[in-house]
Amino acid sequence: MADASLLIAPAAEAAKAPPVLRVRNLEVTYYTDAGRAKALDDVSFDLGAGEKLGMVGESGSGKSTLALAMMRMIKPPGRIEAGRVFVGEVDLTSLDGEGMRKARLSRIAYIPQGAMNSLNPIMRIGAQMADSVKAHLPRESRSAIHDRCLKALASVDLAASVHRMYAHELSGGMKQRVCIAIGILLNPHVIIADEPTSALDVVTQRQVMETIDNVQRKLKAAVILIGHDMGLMAQFVDKVAVMYAGRLVELSSVRDTFYKPLHPYTQALISSLPSLDNRGVFQGIPGLAPSLLRLPAGCAFHPRCTRVMDVCRSTRPAVVARADGRAVACHLFPSEA
Amino acid sequence: MAALLEVQNVSKVYARGVIGPKSTVALANFSLRLEEDKPTILTVAGESGSGKTTLAMLLLGFIAPTVGEIIYRGKNIWSLSREEKLAYRREVQAVFQDPFAVFNPFYKVDHLLTVPIKRFKLASSRAEGRARIDEALQAVGLRPEEILGRFPHQLSGGQRQRINVARALLLKPKLLIADEPVSMVDASLRANILETLRNLQRDHGVSIIYITHDLTTAYHIAQSIVVLYRGSVMEAGGIDEVIKSPQHPYTKLLIDSIPWPDLDRRWGAQPIKAREVDASGDGCRFLGRCPSAMEVCSVRPPLRRLSDNQIAACTLYNDRPVLAPERLSETLPT
Repeated sequence: MADASLLIAPAAEAAKAPPVLRVRNLEVTYYTDAGRAKALDDVSFDLGAGEKLGMVGESGSGKSTLALAMMRMIKPPGRIEAGRVFVGEVDLTSLDGEGMRKARLSRIAYIPQGAMNSLNPIMRIGAQMADSVKAHLPRESRSAIHDRCLKALASVDLAASVHRMYAHELSGGMKQRVCIAIGILLNPHVIIADEPTSALDVVTQRQVMETIDNVQRKLKAAVILIGHDMGLMAQFVDKVAVMYAGRLVELSSVRDTFYKPLHPYTQALISSLPSLDNRGVFQGIPGLAPSLLRLPAGCAFHPRCTRVMDVCRSTRPAVVARADGRAVACHLFPSEA
Repeated sequence: MAALLEVQNVSKVYARGVIGPKSTVALANFSLRLEEDKPTILTVAGESGSGKTTLAMLLLGFIAPTVGEIIYRGKNIWSLSREEKLAYRREVQAVFQDPFAVFNPFYKVDHLLTVPIKRFKLASSRAEGRARIDEALQAVGLRPEEILGRFPHQLSGGQRQRINVARALLLKPKLLIADEPVSMVDASLRANILETLRNLQRDHGVSIIYITHDLTTAYHIAQSIVVLYRGSVMEAGGIDEVIKSPQHPYTKLLIDSIPWPDLDRRWGAQPIKAREVDASGDGCRFLGRCPSAMEVCSVRPPLRRLSDNQIAACTLYNDRPVLAPERLSETLPT
């Protein structure tokens, strides 16, 4: 664990405004019967207000674990082993249980995967929204809560009548927008959306993403979008973080990620994308993602890497912050020092 | 030319409520013809509620059409003899959306592959059966020694979905109905599964009906496309024509909404109108959301021929010749 002075020192790329979210050396292990699985290994990054970060990777690469760890919602057999999460000046990892409960939704909101299926079928939408406000602001008057709920619904382009409806009366896209409305009830600084559109068709997907975009601009919140659809990332985010086997392997602006990917895994990811020009050409990534229980020595990607070197088999590359503001963990890009 | 499959003016209406019944038309007057000697990949595209899955269920014989007939090799699939039914069950195979739900977690994955061999008596000995399983697994790019003997939870989603394709392949089908086969699979594995499907069509002569809302993948493997909206055909034709120059406002909206992984190709500025809840009405199905809606749209537009390989049902093209719905397949290149 690094000492406190190092943690507070600003990261090289964020010289201007202090970042609203700082994640430092986050580490999560699942203790399973088959052994210890390190689902998140030394992940650090910053995010400024109004920034949109895309978190991509295959299933099992630790994207959702990262979101849960930031919310401190990892359940046994999982455990947060180390690391700190700062929202503004508050260190979420140092809060007690009650403090963390308060921080959820008011500082950091999480829209889980398949959130639209989490609505209670026998409660009106308005009552469910009011519940979450009451849990945080017990002294708020009924009319103030009502106003707050209607405002949240309006900001996701839903009619006020939705307030009195039940979940089954809404379409998939509308339910997902209700979940976003619940997420923004208390004006959080950070919104984490875990595959918010994975079960929706393209037109509804675009509506939901435009909704997230609008509320984010209104709240000036930082947004983390978790997903594996690179198309959605290209349309929506500013920065892309690529995860592989629980490690952050590259963090770049969306433009750099698409046009000048550094890490061989990012390169493979980009070249496997379908486009209108190379019709009928399929380029998958050969091999399979490694099991977290039996990670290969050295760089976790080396068995699938086309540019593997001797050093990759023995030494794990550290994340190197580059002068151009990008970060990459690969022996092809050694530290410039 | 013999037809492998003919869908003749099929409609499916779901009725609900005993008093004052309301009915939902899930598929309206749909016709399609697939030739036996010309294997092709046909995409059926549309959003949720467009009738794509109803079509799959009809073709697989899981639900009966309200009106119309589905003819497989000259016979209505609802009046087949016992042996014919068995042959139909073998020759028309399906791959479904969820690679997790089709496996019984208590059985090893071998179960999924050995049952059809026994059921359809495909092998005369255990060794021959095993050889056929190995062959099918290799055809989808899996190594049998890594797959057999494992339980479903030990395999990735992509591996499981490929086992489903292998199972279908084992039966040497003539027609494969793939209902959203890659929508729940990681992007990096999609390419592998799509390539497997395309090889199936090219090398094994299997026709594939690829049902999806993802026009990007459709563009890469299909030869032709039918775009459905609330049970009606909006546009159909060659995949190149429809994707590169969509004519129907709905197809335009669909294509405009694809999140292309390309920074210089942004999401369109076309505003999206909220979906109308009421499904009734005699007009164009897309009327409530159409940006170019006119008064004449309250009469349902027929399919009109725009070119050799493209048709659309839209009032905007009233000057073009009308095409009877039964002749839809003539515009689909193979």
